Amino acid sequence: MNRQSTPFTRFWNEFRENRIAVLALSIVVLLALLALFASFVSPQNPYDLANLSLMDSRRPPGFVGTGGYTHWLGTDPQGRDLLSAIFYGLRISIQIGLAAGFVSLSIGAALGILAAYIGGRVENLIMRLVDLQLSFPAILLALVIVALLGQGKVQLISALVAAQYAYFARTAYGAAKAERGKDYIEAAVATPLGSRLVILKHLLPNCTPPLIVVATVQIANSISLEATLSFLGLGLPVTEPSLGMLISNGFPYMMSGRYWISVYPGVALIILIVAINIVGDQVRDQFNPRLRR
Amino acid sequence: MTETVLSVKNLTTHFFTRSGVVKAVDNVSFDLAKGEIMGLVGESGSGKTVTGFSLLGLVDEPGRIVSGSITLKDKALTSLSNAELRRWRGREISMIFQDPIATLNPVLTIGRQMRLAIAAHERTSARAAEDRATDLLSKVGIPSARARLDAYPHEFSGGMRQRVAIAIALLHRPSVIIADEPTTALDVSIQAQILQQMRVLAAETGTAMIWISHDLAVVSSLASKLAVMYAGRIVEQGPTATLLRNPRHPYTAGLMNSLPAMTKPGTPLKQIPGTTPSLLSLPPGCPFAPRCQRATAQCQHDPELTIHGDRGWRCFDPVGHMDEVSS
Amino acid sequence: MLGFIIQRFLQAIGVMAVMSLIVFCGVYAIGNPIDIVIPPEATQDLRDEVIRRLGLDRPLYEQYFIFLVNLLKGDLGRSFVYNIPVLELIGGRLPATLELVLISVVSASVIGVSLGIYAGYRPESWTAKTIMAASVLGFSVPSFWVGLILILTFAVNLGWLPAGGRGATIDIWGVAWSFPTLDGLSHIILPAINLALFKLAMMIRLARAGTREIMLTDTIKFARAAGLSEITILRQHLLKLISIPIITVFGLELGSTLAFAVVTETIFSWPGVGKLIIDSIAVLDRPVMVAYLILVAFLFVTINFVIDLIFALIDPRVRRGAAS
Repeated sequence: MNRQSTPFTRFWNEFRENRIAVLALSIVVLLALLALFASFVSPQNPYDLANLSLMDSRRPPGFVGTGGYTHWLGTDPQGRDLLSAIFYGLRISIQIGLAAGFVSLSIGAALGILAAYIGGRVENLIMRLVDLQLSFPAILLALVIVALLGQGKVQLISALVAAQYAYFARTAYGAAKAERGKDYIEAAVATPLGSRLVILKHLLPNCTPPLIVVATVQIANSISLEATLSFLGLGLPVTEPSLGMLISNGFPYMMSGRYWISVYPGVALIILIVAINIVGDQVRDQFNPRLRR
Repeated sequence: MTETVLSVKNLTTHFFTRSGVVKAVDNVSFDLAKGEIMGLVGESGSGKTVTGFSLLGLVDEPGRIVSGSITLKDKALTSLSNAELRRWRGREISMIFQDPIATLNPVLTIGRQMRLAIAAHERTSARAAEDRATDLLSKVGIPSARARLDAYPHEFSGGMRQRVAIAIALLHRPSVIIADEPTTALDVSIQAQILQQMRVLAAETGTAMIWISHDLAVVSSLASKLAVMYAGRIVEQGPTATLLRNPRHPYTAGLMNSLPAMTKPGTPLKQIPGTTPSLLSLPPGCPFAPRCQRATAQCQHDPELTIHGDRGWRCFDPVGHMDEVSS
Repeated sequence: MLGFIIQRFLQAIGVMAVMSLIVFCGVYAIGNPIDIVIPPEATQDLRDEVIRRLGLDRPLYEQYFIFLVNLLKGDLGRSFVYNIPVLELIGGRLPATLELVLISVVSASVIGVSLGIYAGYRPESWTAKTIMAASVLGFSVPSFWVGLILILTFAVNLGWLPAGGRGATIDIWGVAWSFPTLDGLSHIILPAINLALFKLAMMIRLARAGTREIMLTDTIKFARAAGLSEITILRQHLLKLISIPIITVFGLELGSTLAFAVVTETIFSWPGVGKLIIDSIAVLDRPVMVAYLILVAFLFVTINFVIDLIFALIDPRVRRGAAS
């Protein structure tokens, strides 16, 4: 019982008990590393057109192409090695998921805490808007914004942020509001230390656990949403395909039995999203005091 | 000798949590005679509520009764299956909870909830069920009872809701009712009314009662005998009058000294120093020793419950004096 | 009760007004549809003429005002692309979408709530763990991917079911429906499963979380202490308590499924409004986009309004509270 026990080690020890969650976490880390070092682990640079040969296009898994190496997962219509394309695609998907997640987190948390802190009309205005938006499906919003802004990474991330910040705002607001109502906060506001300290020292820390939970889920959602938009042809430019784009490119060939072009990137995408969600589930359960034993 | 309805022997209930085994109820034994009211007193976390739930066989996961026996009217409840146990709950043994707002279902009418409780054990006509429900509601002091059957819980005050809950617990005239601090959440004036009513009802129906409370004053006005719990065990038990006149366990004595009535007005209340120990990491030996001014080296060992006539305590060095042992 | 209804009704109208403004500004403030409507080689005069005819030369607030007046008259403009009234265009496609959405949401809710209650009631059982694992999968896997796999498996490899289209339809009250015909039904199965899976996972999680919390309350303990059987507790107490959050979510899901139908309809070439909006977005057909978004907003507001009413009927606290 007398082990060194910081909140983090306690959290980790509890996390470790769920073996599936640990497996999921290692998969997330592994995929992130593969994405990070895509250029070292890929047999081919799929973005370098000089590397590609149409002779190699749409070849089945295990085919040895003009490059002299085996395409373990086959090739796509442009003759890209699918394994390499998946690594690079992972990189883009994770990048966009993280970027959209963090921007939404910052904007949402700031709005939510501010609404809870200031109260009154500002609170009403912000939360009404957030609720209104929450009742509206995120995918539609993202769809319309992407359609209006055009294609590109920044545009896509903006669309994802616009579609998702409201979840963070609602969460932060709920947690901050509950804390704001407590007497000690009222007392702290009245001291000359003032509002900044209250927000930083009391409101923010209390919002952190639920925000972390929402963040895990929303990063997975961003990745999934990005893939969906790309699949609908509204995502990123074709030159740097994300996983969703790879799947979309393979869709027409599916009917003729060339399943691998869509299926393998899809499998990678699903493993990534499912793993993040399992980790998120475990974190949520650990943060939920009502389910604590 | 009156007939014993409930006999509890060495009841032990543990919670197997992530952080270790919580010994919520440890070797608890007592007998309850027909129509008798027993007070079960202790601080929060002393295991009194878990004792109540153990008697009903309703201990939540991850807890369970590890050992001991519960005998209700010659039936060993601890050996019954869940389905058999269910047929005893509500009919022979029932329970009232602390918070009347949380116990009744907010989206069902009072009448519906009472009919469900009747139907759990008997097949009656709707008419008969309604009569029975009305009868009990009036008995517990709810005016124009028949009309209130169609009302929802939120249309009653807290005290009225508790009366409804009591009526539900009494529907089948059980042999034993466990009342888990049913008046704590209520106003003092209503508290007194309900106490009085419970006493009358119990006497009328011959129902024995276990009144769980942290408030020695409330319990002693009601119960004919007391059991004081500390850290999951009964540290002292006996008839209310003699126990209060001459407490033997230092903890009981401390509880009594801290009562406002025992203190001269204007002087500070006497408290027992220290706090209740965590049931996760009980010290070896007597669990009260760290807070006990009389603790000596032998308190490193756990004292057994020693029986002295109609009283009993767990202490090597009891306070007070020996009673003249009555037969 | 009447006061409550009126109050909610006014609220709904307020929300609609805000939504129409947001949608209008959102769609109109950005992008230039002129380049799509007329060929780039057109003369400047022709451009100006078209801009004037479409009312695009006026200030935004004036455009909004005209739009609003027309909206109240039931006129949402003409599609730039199809050149027919937008309402007619959408109205023709709506039954296909409604049919798909209703079948999906209802089946997802019935199955999902049952599984979720079980998983919440016996959280440690293997069945519950399997259900939950499956729901994580259903929750995580993007809808379009499930659609692809369904097509690959049941249409391409097994050849049991068609991969797209609506199949044979029957006219009821002048509207074409697929579900009454066997061929139509076979066409609807795959897209309906596709659309239902995500909702199913969601319903399972919701019902499970609700069940777990309710089962720990004193209400349930008290019912048990009164000797009620588990089945009675589940049927009478739990179901009644859990139905309030479930109905809320059911309504919201009806709306969001309508939105998600966009993806499913695209994959399965289902000729509903979702497919229409994707096509319209691709060519920036503004009136169709605006009309569609307003329609979705309208459905959302209506659903919320209806839920509030149902809520008041189920929950006595709201009902009596509103009456007094």
